Amino acid sequence: MDVLDRIKEQVEANPVVIYMKGTPQFPMCGFSSRAAEALAATGVEFGFINIIQDPEIFENLPRFADWPTFPQLYIGGELVGGCDITMELAQSGELKTMMEAAVAKAGPAAGS
Amino acid sequence: MTVQSEIENKLLDAFSPSFLEVLNESHMHNVPKGSESHFKVILISDEFDGKMLVARHKLVYKVLAEELANGVHALALHTHTVAEYETKHGTVPDSPLCLGGNKLGTGR
Repeated sequence: MDVLDRIKEQVEANPVVIYMKGTPQFPMCGFSSRAAEALAATGVEFGFINIIQDPEIFENLPRFADWPTFPQLYIGGELVGGCDITMELAQSGELKTMMEAAVAKAGPAAGS
Repeated sequence: MTVQSEIENKLLDAFSPSFLEVLNESHMHNVPKGSESHFKVILISDEFDGKMLVARHKLVYKVLAEELANGVHALALHTHTVAEYETKHGTVPDSPLCLGGNKLGTGR
């Protein structure tokens, strides 16, 4: 499968997914770490993709949504932004609302 | 010209900001002394009025595409309109420290 199709499938299959360096437990970048912490703090389930383990995605994700840096957060199949936007949404409380809405829309079977 | 002043000039031209601060935060990361790889930008401009954050950041990325493709590895962005900045009492969060992932591949 073409890498861009693979990314499309991932962001559509997961109501909330973050592309990050490392994992939420063992982040390899301060920006990825901070964004993943904000997601975890909402208590809503989310998926993650460790781009260090997947060089093809690392190389091609920037052209998928025309966004040059990592991490990248997708909610409901749409790019929400990187670390700074995730933090702003977390502080205003919108992040949790957006995540809950996407999970509810996807139905009980998705995202697990 | 330093990368820092290139970034400042391009942002001044593109956004006619009411306030602009470009901070070189490379010293917080695992890079040689004097590097220009990690920056934080605080950009206050009414050009952002009515635009979602994701759209604002994309505008900045577009203006700085050349820098991002040539050595600028991280760009922390704080983009506000004048009214938004005033409500926030002019405070923006500190950027995080590096955790080492930079060494593991070509970074952005």
